[in-house]
Amino acid sequence: MSDEALIVLDQVNKYFGPLHVLDDVSLTVAKGEVVVVIGPSGSGKSTLCRAINRLEPINSGTITFDGKPLPAEGRPLARLRSEVGMVFQSFNLFAHKTILQNVMLGPIKVRKEKPAAVRDRAMSLLDRVGIGNQADKYPAQLSGGQQQRVAIARALAMQPKALLFDEPTSALDPEMVGEVLDVMTSLAKEGMTMVVVTHEMGFARHAANRVVFMADGQLVEQAPPAEFFANPKTDRARDFLSKILTH
Amino acid sequence: MDVFSDPLNRDVYITGFLWILKLTLAGGVGALVLGVVLAAMRVSPVPVLRGFGTAWVNIFRNTPLTLIIFFCYFGLFSTLGFSVVDDIDLNNFWLGVIGLSVYTAAFVCEAIRSGINTVPAGQAEAARAIGMTFIQTLTIIVLPQAGRAVIAPLGSILIALCKNSTIVGTIGLMESSNAMKDLINANGNAVIPIFLVFAGTFAIVLIPTGYGFGWLANRLAVKR
Repeated sequence: MSDEALIVLDQVNKYFGPLHVLDDVSLTVAKGEVVVVIGPSGSGKSTLCRAINRLEPINSGTITFDGKPLPAEGRPLARLRSEVGMVFQSFNLFAHKTILQNVMLGPIKVRKEKPAAVRDRAMSLLDRVGIGNQADKYPAQLSGGQQQRVAIARALAMQPKALLFDEPTSALDPEMVGEVLDVMTSLAKEGMTMVVVTHEMGFARHAANRVVFMADGQLVEQAPPAEFFANPKTDRARDFLSKILTH
Repeated sequence: MDVFSDPLNRDVYITGFLWILKLTLAGGVGALVLGVVLAAMRVSPVPVLRGFGTAWVNIFRNTPLTLIIFFCYFGLFSTLGFSVVDDIDLNNFWLGVIGLSVYTAAFVCEAIRSGINTVPAGQAEAARAIGMTFIQTLTIIVLPQAGRAVIAPLGSILIALCKNSTIVGTIGLMESSNAMKDLINANGNAVIPIFLVFAGTFAIVLIPTGYGFGWLANRLAVKR
């Protein structure tokens, strides 16, 4: 992890009608840093994550990625998104394409890379996440855990500067959570910049550089995981942790 | 059935249905292309395009096809002097194709648009998240899935188009219904057999078409 900032949110505000989902949120993520965002449902974690690649436009404030402010719309925005991988709660693999096509599509269509080279890279990424032997199947033929690992491979195929995870294990059966977290942990170890919205406290403890706690649209507290879990400073964080860690 | 043993009559019958076949194929291609473009307009973020698509659907879906075909002949051709080719039959054919395409495209557009609604929002989000433009998201991810969801209704539209193409007879093309009228006029003693043969020909071709589209819809359905 370097000192150089990759993602900078400055006083970001976002409303859904009267609901203030992001309330003056400022957050800096350094290159190579793994930031885990936790908090109760409806606290704005997912919106924060989605705002970083502008799947969710913000009402005020600025978001800067790699030194440049987020473009408004059109091709510059598409180019930025191609540099920020995103993994969704519901996988969102392209249902009419095979696993291999899912991984190859971005580099070929967006980056205009040569299919042969992309194919090799896609296969090695699928091998890496343990799905190389399922390359010709369709998403619906795979388990949730497998689909999510393909989704990670699809994001990695774009060789992104950062990866955003929006509750990547929340839609999975419990026995499949581990296989996805394993892939994420190894990415974190390799120095990938990651923003992870999750309820997996185990992952936050062992893989995060920093834990960010959100409640009611506000960024309430942030600290290294050991410190945060041992000594939460705010009442809301203490209250949240007491509810999830007591059983 | 003596009517159809006469080679001249058989010729009228065959020519009539060949026109129907050509009208259906050309009109179908035109309507499909136009309909997809209109559907893309109707879901685009550009208000002018959305308005254009909506206006098209509202105007042509709610105008009787006979009026549209008449307009193609009396408006486009007779008044405005628009003609595709010099040959009068062929020109009427193309005027008919224009009318059928313009009309049927409104229905194709709405079918495709309802197909787009069956594609989960996450599909388009994932496409945008890897950096696809709006056009790429639409043409590579959303429309292929939308199209496969509406194969059966598109089949119904094609069947309707095939039968509707008889309306081009009103501007003088010797398609099946004009052919039938001629044969009936010349063979007043065989009205019922002539009618049954023409109606039966449509049924024999269109019933399997409907089943074929149903089969295709199942085969190509996107599994989720």
